Amino acid sequence: MIDIQVHLKRKHFELDASLQLNQRVTAIYGPSGAGKSTLLSIIAGITQPDSGRIVIDGECLFDSQARINKPIHQRKVGLVFQDGRLFPHLTVEHNLSYALNFIPVQNQQFQLKLIVELLEIGHLLKQRPHQLSGGEKQRVALGRALLSSPRLLMLDEPLASLDNRLKSQILPFLKLVSDEINVPMIYISHSKEEIMQITNNLIHIQSGKVNCQL
Amino acid sequence: MLDILKFTPSEISILALSLKIALFCVVLILIPAVLVAWVLARKSFFGKSLLDSLVHLPLVLPPVVPGFLLLLLLGNQGLIGKYLHSIFGISLAFTWIGAVVASAVMAFPLMVRSARLAISQVDKGLEIAAQSLGAHPLKVFFTITLPLAMPGIITGLILAFSRSLGEFGATITFVGNIENETRTLPLAIYSYTQIPDGDLPALRLVILSMALALSALMISDRLERKANQNIGRHHD
Repeated sequence: MIDIQVHLKRKHFELDASLQLNQRVTAIYGPSGAGKSTLLSIIAGITQPDSGRIVIDGECLFDSQARINKPIHQRKVGLVFQDGRLFPHLTVEHNLSYALNFIPVQNQQFQLKLIVELLEIGHLLKQRPHQLSGGEKQRVALGRALLSSPRLLMLDEPLASLDNRLKSQILPFLKLVSDEINVPMIYISHSKEEIMQITNNLIHIQSGKVNCQL
Repeated sequence: MLDILKFTPSEISILALSLKIALFCVVLILIPAVLVAWVLARKSFFGKSLLDSLVHLPLVLPPVVPGFLLLLLLGNQGLIGKYLHSIFGISLAFTWIGAVVASAVMAFPLMVRSARLAISQVDKGLEIAAQSLGAHPLKVFFTITLPLAMPGIITGLILAFSRSLGEFGATITFVGNIENETRTLPLAIYSYTQIPDGDLPALRLVILSMALALSALMISDRLERKANQNIGRHHD
């Protein structure tokens, strides 16, 4: 259960979002400039909204009235960015295990081995990010986010920067993760067609306005 | 013929003193310079441009000015120096430690500039990604920002080291030109040029200086290449 009510006003942009999400997998789509990425960065704690509340599974991450604003590293919101954002100085293996340093073993939701097998990235472990293809990078980024044991996983245009051949390297895995891994997920995309390949739970956002229960 | 390559004990002790001072200089400024560089690269606050200007001041002032200010502040009769002297028994003026301080002041801006540029070029998106994985901002600094900025920090270290080796004006003003205590390479060369028949010994030290500078640049290039490879960046 994800409950988000946030308001943010900037010079040329206003975001008004009210969302109650009960589905495990949800997609938010809309044209560029509609506020998708702003919404994502508000939920992750990168951007602070002017007012509102963000509650995930009963835990409050942000509440402007109660003056609660958890920092990014305490929110446990896993992010998969469009450009992967793998750490270039670390091997794939160390990218994947980066988050494990910060979580006590008994709280770790997934084992490295399981994620590596699920995403079929075992042969890449010793490589550096610059040696990977776009689709492989996204798989590693997805695995890295899952290994942080997130309470919510958010994927920002995970397919946008890939051509069709590379999309086929990641799409089956996104489906697999959506179906088999028990973590709530929000996909963000500019394309309805693209996102329907992963889920039918769609939410439309336009001109910074979104109001939906799902 | 090969005699020209045999350095006299006095030349070797000049070289050793110069290296000692330069080494202590970079050790002294490394952490403060990286800290200031990070603050200037990543934070915005009231008085930032003043801090920026203050850090860079030694670069644009005649070196004799910082040297004289050091004397006023840290000399044995100086504002701070008299307490260092009377309470701790530490004397900076006219000692090799004072020479370390003088060259540290002059080398500091070079170190800050390189480190700042390197830190500001580290993708903030990577730092955010690391935080979203549960890393405290301090942890992010040590595991992401610092390693990725390492090539620039190494460049800064070598620049500071070379600057310290070449330091003249602030050093001679603050700690004088005392044999075996503060007479570094440039001061020794200067001294030889002031005496009759000093040209040949001066020339020998000039050659030594050039060899030293050249090695520093070559080592810097190698280290930088290696550091760039370590962070997955390649260029020829």
